Amino acid sequence: MNVRLYLWQRLTAAVMVPMIMLHLALIFYATRQGLTAADILSRTRGSVAWALFYGTFVLAASSHASIGIRNILTEWSPLKDRAAGVSAMGFALLLGALGLGAVAAVVSP
Amino acid sequence: MIARTARTLDHRRNLLWLAALVHRLSGLGLAVFLPVHFLALGLAINGEAQLEGFLRWTDRPVVKLAESGLVFLLAVHLLGGLRLLLIENLPWPGWQKQLATLAIGISVIVTSIFLVRVF
Repeated sequence: MNVRLYLWQRLTAAVMVPMIMLHLALIFYATRQGLTAADILSRTRGSVAWALFYGTFVLAASSHASIGIRNILTEWSPLKDRAAGVSAMGFALLLGALGLGAVAAVVSP
Repeated sequence: MIARTARTLDHRRNLLWLAALVHRLSGLGLAVFLPVHFLALGLAINGEAQLEGFLRWTDRPVVKLAESGLVFLLAVHLLGGLRLLLIENLPWPGWQKQLATLAIGISVIVTSIFLVRVF
């Protein structure tokens, strides 16, 4: 892992620490009486704050996870550095697209 | 030969090596789960009913058990990552093993509370 990727992974980790804590708290809150779509969507639909929060979360998680996947592929698979990098980039784009799509689906009014 | 192999693998008995392995495997598990999570939430684009249908499917005990596993992965990766950020950015404390044990202990407690709430 080069210095740029190392720093990017640590930066995204630091950004996500409070976000994951809030996300975990939300999981506990949302499941207090069973999870329903109406309950989730009543909170998220039309909310700019949730769109910004989860949009940032998705981008940070996509970067962070793909750098981790790159490290795992480099160390635990026969892939060479370049192939691992390309695979990880593909994974980052997939996660980013699916994640932002999910955010759009739950915040669109 | 056997003694040399045993010496080579000796580090694997170290608690901090195990903590690093747990951190890596929990991150891998979360990375595998995330696309499924995003696809499920994306169902809302077709209306509330589709998402509701999926959520009712997740009421099965085996899915709730799997969700508890995911809560554990998220908590243990968060706390393990927090420990790493502390090691790398603050003066090295002498109680790394205790911190790693605490991270796993808190994650088990958080997961247990989640299990009790959903069942």
